Amino acid sequence: MTSDVTISVNGVERVVRCDPESSVLQVLRGQLGLLGSRFGCGLGACGACMVLLDGRPVTSCDTPMWSVGSAHITTIEALAEVATSGVALAAAFEAEQAGQCGYCLSGILVTASALIDEAAGGELGETAVRAALDRHLCRCGTHGRIVRAVLRAANPDGPTRDPT
Amino acid sequence: MSVTPASARTVTGSLPPALAACPRLSQWVRVRPDGTVEVWAGKAELGQGILTALAQVVAEELDVDVTRVRVVAPTTSHGPDAGYTAGSLSVQQCAPALRQVCAQVRGQLLAAAAERLGSGKLTVDDGTVRAPSGDQVSYWELAPEVSLETDADGRSAPKDPGTYTVVGTSVPRLDLADKLAGRPRFVHDLRWDGMLYGRVLRPPSLGAVLTSADTAAAAAGQGVVGVLVDGSFVGAVAADEAGALAAVQATAPTPARPARTLAATFTRPFLAHASIAPSASVARWDHEGRSVEVWTHSQGVHPLRRDIARALGVAPEHVTVHHAEGAGCYGHNAADDAAYDAVLLARTVPGRHVQVVWSRRDELGWAPFGPAMRVDLTAEVGDDGRLSRWTHDGWGNGHTSRPGALDSPSLLAFAHQKGGRPIPAAEDPPPERGGGLGRNAVPGYEIPIVRAQTHRLLAMPLRTSALRSLGAHLNVFAIESFMDELAQVAGADPLDFRLAHLGDERARAVLEAVATAAGWGTPMPAGEHPAGRGLGFARYKGSGAWCAVVAEVIAEQQLQVRRLTIAVDVGLVLNPDGVVNQIEGGAVQAASWTLKERVRFDRRRVLSDTWETYPIMSFGEVPPVDVLIVPRPDQPPLGAGEASIGPTAAAIGNALFAALGVRVRDLPLTPEAIIAAIDGQ
Repeated sequence: MTSDVTISVNGVERVVRCDPESSVLQVLRGQLGLLGSRFGCGLGACGACMVLLDGRPVTSCDTPMWSVGSAHITTIEALAEVATSGVALAAAFEAEQAGQCGYCLSGILVTASALIDEAAGGELGETAVRAALDRHLCRCGTHGRIVRAVLRAANPDGPTRDPT
Repeated sequence: MSVTPASARTVTGSLPPALAACPRLSQWVRVRPDGTVEVWAGKAELGQGILTALAQVVAEELDVDVTRVRVVAPTTSHGPDAGYTAGSLSVQQCAPALRQVCAQVRGQLLAAAAERLGSGKLTVDDGTVRAPSGDQVSYWELAPEVSLETDADGRSAPKDPGTYTVVGTSVPRLDLADKLAGRPRFVHDLRWDGMLYGRVLRPPSLGAVLTSADTAAAAAGQGVVGVLVDGSFVGAVAADEAGALAAVQATAPTPARPARTLAATFTRPFLAHASIAPSASVARWDHEGRSVEVWTHSQGVHPLRRDIARALGVAPEHVTVHHAEGAGCYGHNAADDAAYDAVLLARTVPGRHVQVVWSRRDELGWAPFGPAMRVDLTAEVGDDGRLSRWTHDGWGNGHTSRPGALDSPSLLAFAHQKGGRPIPAAEDPPPERGGGLGRNAVPGYEIPIVRAQTHRLLAMPLRTSALRSLGAHLNVFAIESFMDELAQVAGADPLDFRLAHLGDERARAVLEAVATAAGWGTPMPAGEHPAGRGLGFARYKGSGAWCAVVAEVIAEQQLQVRRLTIAVDVGLVLNPDGVVNQIEGGAVQAASWTLKERVRFDRRRVLSDTWETYPIMSFGEVPPVDVLIVPRPDQPPLGAGEASIGPTAAAIGNALFAALGVRVRDLPLTPEAIIAAIDGQ
């Protein structure tokens, strides 16, 4: 049962012919060629597919197209343009070498950007970062580096970690 | 970075084994006129950072910037057949060959440069060769006239490690920027015009046989290009993923279940790979349907090619296999199975690319598992407080059923196809390759009489194969837990008791380093909940890296690991941050297995096939990890990917004992297991 659904993705209005029950992730990867949001479980349980919906992180794999309405979708591809913290996050992850296989990273950056932008310059501690990232799974054991990278991006002037 | 070609040291030695097997220089390295160096090392990026480490070796020997080096994904069309990327051996096997190749290539480039620039002391800086006169010529200009269609002769001496400027430094990972930006890089991201999507319907239980399938209903679905029923293998190909998924669901086959009895007892349960991405692959047959090309995140493109050819009944020349990155790989997962799924579905649409992505349920339910194991130990402590005798008996299924390891193809769909064969019971790697059940079964301590024996079970309730560190996880957990118990009997501190049985200076060094760093022997800070500190040590495989771990735990509602401190000796370090990343990643994964993980199954099927039923460690639970590298720049490099697994598990178990005074011998260390151990005391 396909129909035309209009959505706003990365600041551009797109008309997509799809089953309204399709997930946002299916449309992003299958029809719009936006491959940066990853498929991990299809049940919203791992966070690899995270996108921003009006600035709030949601798992796109279990978000149906009909539910999006006029909300603005931001994917990793446009994070640097939309989220003020996007550029700082990429630099911080490079600085901490926070990655192994990297499959979970694009989703984690999306969540982290929302966390930092919401804090709006206020201090962001490790507990808050870990709580926000609890929606994401990492299997390579890169958690510690990822937490440090988010803290580094959130507190550019503050302490990050002791030099090793 | 200067050398006079005439004075370069020459050695006539035997070639490293990987190079002797594939001596042609051009199969390893190409220097391109566009200013890049292409490298075929036969080893795959699995998330471990091997692309960066190997690029450093090449950059070092050739004197070029590391960003010029492109380590090409393994393919059966070019480069050495390096077997599997497994066993923490890539650095060990590949670095010596690459050093030798690059030393010779560099010599040839310098000889060509000398012809243009005249004799005299030439220097090289990022591929530009300069003469004392100031004249210069670059590798990139010389490339067209320097033929690498010659064989390695072993006469060019690689650099003295003491002069290294790139190897041994923490060069940032070359693949990270793409992954942070979400750029297409994974096998899941491969796209071709007109590419189709395949999905496979797995049986509802392990022994199920297909009795009927509604192919008409499936074929009528939107965008469905074809439906394949081959024995009990059912799949569909469609214009998009949703169409393929709907089509296989529409086939709604009826299963029949043959009678089977199974029994197992274990102290480590079956463990899942549980990578964040489900397995995936792309395949395309030529228009005549004679040859197939496959893109896969397999650990071994050559063995996979041979098994696909065997399953299809064609010569290997008809199968070409290329590696493309997947998510983190921790052993023999479903990558090879997904590749053969794609081959079968693509065969129904010759000339078209077909991508198959597994579902999360299939990934957690149908991929090979790390085998469950049971270990029995006995030991004697003499009057002098020293160990006099030790026996080790280990039971479990074999630790490898990789393609090429078994008598028939080890590809899941082949077991379901008409005329196919069930996947035989897993084999165990022989001791000279580190063993499987027996990996690290021989304790690294000086004990007069040691007998270690493994018993491979041939009844296989679940399909097993290699998972990171193979048997070392449980063997080291068992041995190191037992060492603490014996230390208690001998009235000795666990660290002192170990040191008293260790003459190996490198073993002693990691233990002493970790003890100092973790404050071993100092009291734990008093807190609301019982807390404890535990030690674990092993030399991986008895021939790899030395690693010692101190864990600090708190016994709350659940056992929480508060901190891990690790000391490791991997010989010459190619990339320090890369080693730290692998050691801490291994430790976190081992902590997750040890505290939380267990594949649940009944007589029909795997029950733990979602993240809710197979939970892994979360961001809120992962402890800080401090890694110290004991530097040994004069020693050969060793792999780091698996060394921390066993010692971490053991350190956590020993810390639990220190906190609660209860010895828990059944993994995982859940509240239920702890209570059962208390009841059993």
